[in-house]
Amino acid sequence: MTTLLDGIFIALILLNFLILGKASLQGVIRVVSAQGVILGLLPLLLNAHLDLRLGLVVLGTIALKGLILPRMLVRALEELSIRREVEPYISFPASLVLGALGTAFAMLVSHHLPMAHGLGSDLLTSASLSTVLTGFLVLTTRRKALTQVLGYLVLENGVFIFGLLLLESLPFLVEMGVLLDLFVAIFVMGVVIHHINREFATESTERLTALKD
Amino acid sequence: MPYLMVAWPAVFAGVAFAWRSNRTRPWLIPPAALGHLLLTALASARMGYPGPEGWLGLDPLGRVVLFLVSILFAACAFFSVGYLRFRADRDNRVFSACLLLFLSTMTLTIWSRHWGLMWVAMEATTLAGAPLVYFNRNSGSLEATWKYLIVSSVGIALALLGTFFLAYASVRQGLPTSLLIEDLVANAPLLSPPWLRSGFALILIGYGTKMGLAPMHTWKPDAYGEAPGVAGALFSGGMTACAFLMILRALRLLKAAGEEAFAEQLLLWIGIFSVAVAAVFVVRQKDLKRMLAYSSVEHMGILALGAGIGGAALPGVLLHMVNNGFAKGVLFLSVGNIHRAFGSKTTDRVRGAVRRLPLSGMLLLAGLFAVACSPPFGPFVSLLVILKGIFQAGWHWVGGALLLLLFFIFAGLGTTVLSAAQGVPPEESDGAEPVYRDTFLTGAPILALMGLVLLLGLHIPGFLQAFLADAVQYMEGGR
Repeated sequence: MTTLLDGIFIALILLNFLILGKASLQGVIRVVSAQGVILGLLPLLLNAHLDLRLGLVVLGTIALKGLILPRMLVRALEELSIRREVEPYISFPASLVLGALGTAFAMLVSHHLPMAHGLGSDLLTSASLSTVLTGFLVLTTRRKALTQVLGYLVLENGVFIFGLLLLESLPFLVEMGVLLDLFVAIFVMGVVIHHINREFATESTERLTALKD
Repeated sequence: MPYLMVAWPAVFAGVAFAWRSNRTRPWLIPPAALGHLLLTALASARMGYPGPEGWLGLDPLGRVVLFLVSILFAACAFFSVGYLRFRADRDNRVFSACLLLFLSTMTLTIWSRHWGLMWVAMEATTLAGAPLVYFNRNSGSLEATWKYLIVSSVGIALALLGTFFLAYASVRQGLPTSLLIEDLVANAPLLSPPWLRSGFALILIGYGTKMGLAPMHTWKPDAYGEAPGVAGALFSGGMTACAFLMILRALRLLKAAGEEAFAEQLLLWIGIFSVAVAAVFVVRQKDLKRMLAYSSVEHMGILALGAGIGGAALPGVLLHMVNNGFAKGVLFLSVGNIHRAFGSKTTDRVRGAVRRLPLSGMLLLAGLFAVACSPPFGPFVSLLVILKGIFQAGWHWVGGALLLLLFFIFAGLGTTVLSAAQGVPPEESDGAEPVYRDTFLTGAPILALMGLVLLLGLHIPGFLQAFLADAVQYMEGGR
């Protein structure tokens, strides 16, 4: 079981690199959706007993992170008359290098954080922090408002991975926190993107750079 | 009581949303504010927060913040009636409702005794605040809203991770997991230190984003610059204080765990960095509202710095939070008036504000001296306490650097404000737009806040002294 889990955490970290390296927006959305599905399945592997509540978390997460939100983003992409590329401020190799540095940092930090026995692997913390940093990187180095939403989603995924550790002791916090935050924030951001679309015709934060010192 | 305090403004928000008349709708805000003020007085008089089992309660720290938020909101409530009357061309349905919701969510952050609930409430302030920034519905306010939402949401997400870390600090040690403030503090010495420390760092970054500490302050100049003055006043005086309250609660937990050295180092550095960033950007700042935003970054930096010093600086920090909140109210509201009267907020077009708007112009000048911590105003007294704490603790270079930076900031603020206030106003427009003058509703609230700032500089009322002393004792570990 532990080796399977470790494999999944490593896969999640590799998906982060895919997110950083892909040039097509649709491709990135697909990877983020895949990440969401894996995240949704993880509670099944971590918790021995399956009850109704856990089932709901699993289904809810897969539906929201794996299907609904990616679907919303693809819809927004189709409606907007924007180029379908990611358009980063820094080159893709540079993004990947930064991602690698971030992952190394995540592993270093999680090495120093003692884990409770049971879920002995500190790969979980590594995967969580590395995903958070990847999201942060996408947020700060990508031009479009839509990519920033994607980055925020990835960052949230990272927080969710760590939340899995608390699923047994503080289930409601994890459920409430992640779902409410994602849903409301993305919904509100969706509204704003809609307004941006109307105001600027092309939705790109490139245009959102009038305010500065 | 807590339910009533949170629900009261929320109910008014619902009514405001359903209200038909655009002209009379803003009048719903003052009764909500006055009711809230009354409840605040009642709750403060018989504070008594529940034991570990309660999710809602008023602790001594929260009482100080509630005092600030409630009074500031009352002033803003009357002001917004006058302001929205002038902007009658715009639909104020969402603005009025969100203003009231904002008060409701801030109240909830103050009363929460549970880290999860606090987080939800803080997130709710972000969401309730977004439509306030977007009131003007132009490309500038849209950009500002977007940045505000994205940056704050990232902060909030990191704060959630920090909250998870705090919870895991007890899971790791096999303790029963609870995120109630008092449970955590009671178990503090047993919690896993590495998780506590990293949790604190994340909470400081996360809620520090909402507070506007550098380098997470990037949303602030844009949001304050584009939002109406009322929103700026509530953000910089109220919401930042609520975010600071979260950080103080986390600091209290680390103190109880004996890990305060780490936390205080972080606060100290992030504080001095914020003041330095403010000093760089405030100089030659032509935009009055953006200038105020950097002044807010500065004062948040002073608060963080003082909290990092702790000890004798702590009472000064709490007092400074109150003083800064009221002073920011004065400044944002009077700049709001000036913005309306000149149709601009940059010193390219704003000249001779004292002539065109005698009251707002004079209040802006007085507010400048208050926010620059000069006597006889409140911030001078609180800064003095903080500085005394810094030098007593032996941080001489920090005190020296702070004084130097404050001098630069004063020079920067002074140049901008004086060039806006003095001189001859540009020719008035040809009567196509309504002429904006000081009115009772847009003047008296600012005057009242200014009076408070002055009063706090001359004499601190006994009850407030007791509030502060209780809060300090609560921070230091006693109850």
